[in-house]
Amino acid sequence: MGSNFAECHPVGFRWAMKARERGAKLIHVDPRFTRTSAMCDLHVSIRSGSDIAFLGGIINFILTEERWFKEYVLHYTNASTIVADTFEDTEDLDGLFSGFDPAKGQYDNRAWAYEGTLPSTPLHETSADQAHQKEGQPGVDFRHHPPRTDPTLRHPRCVFQIMKRHYARYTPELVARVCGCTEAQFLEVARTLCDNSGRERTSAFAYAVGWTQHTVGVQYIRAATLIQALLGNIGRPGGGILALRGHATIQGSTDIATLYNLLPGYLPAPTAQLPQHDTLEGWLAHEMPTTGWWANGRKYMVSLLRAWYGDAARPDNEWGYQFLPKNVGDHSHMPMFVAMHERVMRGFMAIGQNPAVGGQNAVYQRAGMAQLDWLVVKDLFVTETAEFWKAPDVADPAAIQTEVFFFPSSTVPEIDGSFTNTQRLIQWHDRGAVSPGDCKSDLWFTHQLVKRLKQRYAGSTNPNDAPFLALSWTFEERDGEARADSVLKEVNGYTLPDRKQVASFADLKYDGSTAAGGWVYTGVYPEEGKNLAAARSGDDYVALGWAFAWPANRRILYNRASADPAGRPWSDRKRYVWWDEAKHEWVGYDVPDFPETKAPGSKGVWAKGGMDALDGDQPFIMKPDGKIWLYAPSGLVDGPLPTHYEPWEGPVANALYQAHPRNPVAKTFNVVGNRYIDPGDPAFPIVISTYRLTEHHLTGAMTRWLPWLTALQPELFVEISPELARERAIENTGWVTISTPRGAVECKALVTRRLRAFEVMGRTVHQVGMPFHWGYRGVVTGDVTNELASMVADPNVTIHEAKVFMCQVQSGRRAKEVLARLQDAPSPVPHVGRRERQAAEANIDRAIERTAAASDPAEILVEPSPFRLDQPIGVYHG
Amino acid sequence: MAKGFYTDTTVCIGCKACQAACHQWNELPALNDGVVELTGDSYDNTGRLSAVDWRHVRFIEQIPEDRSQEGFLKGSRWLMMSDVCKHCVRAGCLEVCPTGAIIRTEFDSVYIQQDVCNGCRACVPACPFGVVDIGADGKAHKCTLCYDRMQHGMEPACAQACPTDSIRFGDVLELRALADQRVADLRAAGVPAYVYGKEEIVGGLNCFFLLVDEPEVYGLPAQPRLPSEHVGEGFAFSALTAAAVTVGSVVAFRKERMDGMGGDDGDPVATVPVSPAGAPAPGALPGRDTVAFMHAIHGANEASRSRRPAPAPDSSAAGACGSGGCGGACGCHA
Repeated sequence: MGSNFAECHPVGFRWAMKARERGAKLIHVDPRFTRTSAMCDLHVSIRSGSDIAFLGGIINFILTEERWFKEYVLHYTNASTIVADTFEDTEDLDGLFSGFDPAKGQYDNRAWAYEGTLPSTPLHETSADQAHQKEGQPGVDFRHHPPRTDPTLRHPRCVFQIMKRHYARYTPELVARVCGCTEAQFLEVARTLCDNSGRERTSAFAYAVGWTQHTVGVQYIRAATLIQALLGNIGRPGGGILALRGHATIQGSTDIATLYNLLPGYLPAPTAQLPQHDTLEGWLAHEMPTTGWWANGRKYMVSLLRAWYGDAARPDNEWGYQFLPKNVGDHSHMPMFVAMHERVMRGFMAIGQNPAVGGQNAVYQRAGMAQLDWLVVKDLFVTETAEFWKAPDVADPAAIQTEVFFFPSSTVPEIDGSFTNTQRLIQWHDRGAVSPGDCKSDLWFTHQLVKRLKQRYAGSTNPNDAPFLALSWTFEERDGEARADSVLKEVNGYTLPDRKQVASFADLKYDGSTAAGGWVYTGVYPEEGKNLAAARSGDDYVALGWAFAWPANRRILYNRASADPAGRPWSDRKRYVWWDEAKHEWVGYDVPDFPETKAPGSKGVWAKGGMDALDGDQPFIMKPDGKIWLYAPSGLVDGPLPTHYEPWEGPVANALYQAHPRNPVAKTFNVVGNRYIDPGDPAFPIVISTYRLTEHHLTGAMTRWLPWLTALQPELFVEISPELARERAIENTGWVTISTPRGAVECKALVTRRLRAFEVMGRTVHQVGMPFHWGYRGVVTGDVTNELASMVADPNVTIHEAKVFMCQVQSGRRAKEVLARLQDAPSPVPHVGRRERQAAEANIDRAIERTAAASDPAEILVEPSPFRLDQPIGVYHG
Repeated sequence: MAKGFYTDTTVCIGCKACQAACHQWNELPALNDGVVELTGDSYDNTGRLSAVDWRHVRFIEQIPEDRSQEGFLKGSRWLMMSDVCKHCVRAGCLEVCPTGAIIRTEFDSVYIQQDVCNGCRACVPACPFGVVDIGADGKAHKCTLCYDRMQHGMEPACAQACPTDSIRFGDVLELRALADQRVADLRAAGVPAYVYGKEEIVGGLNCFFLLVDEPEVYGLPAQPRLPSEHVGEGFAFSALTAAAVTVGSVVAFRKERMDGMGGDDGDPVATVPVSPAGAPAPGALPGRDTVAFMHAIHGANEASRSRRPAPAPDSSAAGACGSGGCGGACGCHA
């Protein structure tokens, strides 16, 4: 579900096909009949944006039909944990969980805490900054005792009972009504899933951006978590929830933190709004749980700072913690473009990114770039972003003052480096050719930039420049670039001062005697000359000799759960990791994900903290209580349980909730040019989804300049069902205009029976679909699909909702006439107006002045941003 | 040892990696430099095998008329198949090639030697599968089974690129055993699978396919015929004609003689035996007329390749490529 596995991840789909050849059943639940559906045993089409209703239906089926894996659920999940009485469900509050603050439009998730773990401060005295809530704190305070449980699962406030009540209304009848499938099809999926789970069998979910790109995207994945936990499908071979990644090594770039809110290895980036983050100790206390594996966080943070700042990171300056820049708000993609419009952000580097085509509400995003002082684009070709000022909607390019620098890039075969795939497998590749002309690698660019900046700031006494001077930059150089293996060696980590590679993150220390640039990767380069990412000895099963999977070359995370609480395999067929009584250690086909000699029956001592606090039958060691969280008391900003909300722009009312049909805390951008469609607006009655084709990659920046590929998919099209085509007098390959309040796009029609209308809540709902690979540059050109989409996002991770919004479909080429009408339409008052902008600029100026005046970086404190864009951010799974 | 492809269409995901890999390895130009129009024919925009597309992925949407949710999901199929030169055991193109440009290699594959080909086009209609095509250089082109890679022990580019192993390369006998096993497995599961390209298809195809529907659905002829199969008929017909003409001549001669005894002078030249127009006399050089003849014979096969425009019946008037894939070199005004 939520993925077009065969089309968008064809190389990985090889394994799905191998599984099918060996008798596995493949099911595809998707609005369209795609190349993936064609390969599956069963295809069920559901309306875009209704997945939680479908998944909730499966949860209800599992619970009411008693199909849950009792021993697994009882020991390995928090089903028995008792929740405080401050929690109230959406089923009681018509779409809201308790703790909602209507003034701020946010939840205070302390209302969802486990019983007995509430902090002493009463709810109404919540501080203004509830922005950054990391699991463990502050919603759940595990410092004093483990959460209370009721192993009989009878307590009315235990997670199991709460879940049962929450999903009671998700009957097959409701699923059919909301999703537009039949009850029989839904039941076939639910039964197949249950029949193929348990001791002898496992099932897996594979998802991609079809699940994430929604205003409730994170909760979609949470819903799958609930199913997989109830069926015992996590930590076991053939199980899991697989996040199919959209680009090569996007997993790697999440691990080594291209995201603004993360430091490498999933350490949260410090933020100025949290006073706790003023000091390293405060950051550690606030972010790192005291129990479970994360209790090691101090070692990883200190080692990271030592890797970055070398000898400038000392015990007397908090290991250089103050050199780290602090976030002052949400600096993710869409807020950045709002900040460009407001002239808060004045320079932008687009490296391997093409927001002029790929950005939601692309006209708005291009207009944002027109406000910049400078723009750096580094890409293979002169992309639309490099020439955003040449976009068809720009009336007068001369009026745009942005200075654009273009750096031609090397391609993958021309550079050394590694790819980390969806399985966290790091695979090395060597340079096979020399780049032509001025094309340079990203490593070259970064290396040269750092060298020049260090030179530029040499001798400066301004504390603002101190991080540049403190930065330890000791990579070996080749042809003007930092050697990739030299970087990987630092990511892996070494001892100080003798710089010997460390073999495992268990060897990392918090006393400053080790450095590691990304602790999860430690072990990939365990000794000099031994790059395990380049290892290539495979076998038929787990293939531990093929490359390296973080962490610790472990192929399945939480694999302690592949054995029962007593440490025996759940079944012979699914034997994977188990307790060897004779050797008194965990053994198996994979690297066990548990302390090697911690016996299954051992009892944890909570007061000791760390791994010692956990019992021998608590496999989910990254959680402070060692269990899967069916109910998430903290870590999410939009609720502890997934619940069905309609998309921000949807065709029908919510069958469950009248007062709050949509995610009440969805992140909206009320700026000029980003008008939303009200639910049920008759002017925009058709559901649209945007997606990729196999033949192109994303905005086409890598593919639309290659004639071999453009011949395969030459023109932008919209997929339309024959029924809608007839209704709108549209012919196959005839011109069509698709419009929303944001823009209008002309393209060819591809009329196909692979699409059909849905019967939803007594109404016929048409759905169309469009790929988004075309732009105004390249061998073939076409309109920009993303000009149609709006900027609205999931509140946890600020990912946009591109998989479902509303539009109008007309035959013929009418974009001009539609756009003319759009400009006449009244624009909403911008949320971020002149006053806010001035305040923001003044705030920045003040911060700069204060920085200049400060003698110690610790004195620098930036005031909270006036923008309402400062909500917490999680991990982006793109 | 004969080498070939076993293409299992049931695991083809239509990704076209084979097409891209083939272009890259063989440095083939893109169809019309990549600037083509959307065909509206499912996800197929290159249309057919040609001088620039040695691999071609077909897309066949089989979605029932019944548009109810139940009907939509029952029996909906989207068949995909990567088509390629079959490297026939008895190859029509090789049979008719007058210059010896088309040879059978040590791997039992059929290879067109570019330096020998004179662009006579005889092979184009001789192929019952519509594989051979005339390129912009005026010469015949088709899949080489990556002859250059095979000589270095490498598998062809398309097979290497195929992510799901829909295209498998190897010894034909081994591949056939694999395919037979797969057919048995699929049939046991109720899938009407079969191998297309066993001996009954022009003596066997070194590149054969596992299909789940009639060959015509995939644009393959159910009963392809070779030029040589018509030689016997041609001979018989010629002999019959010759006999008839001989008898006629004798009668005429007799009549003339008898008439001569009391009639006008006649012209004996007019009664010289003549074969039916275009029939290949043994040893005769194939030329334009041969091409026209073969076009006529294979009209039926051509028509069954539903998604290809039928070749023009008269090559001298409309060009041999029949579609413009030649870039105009054959005179088709592409």
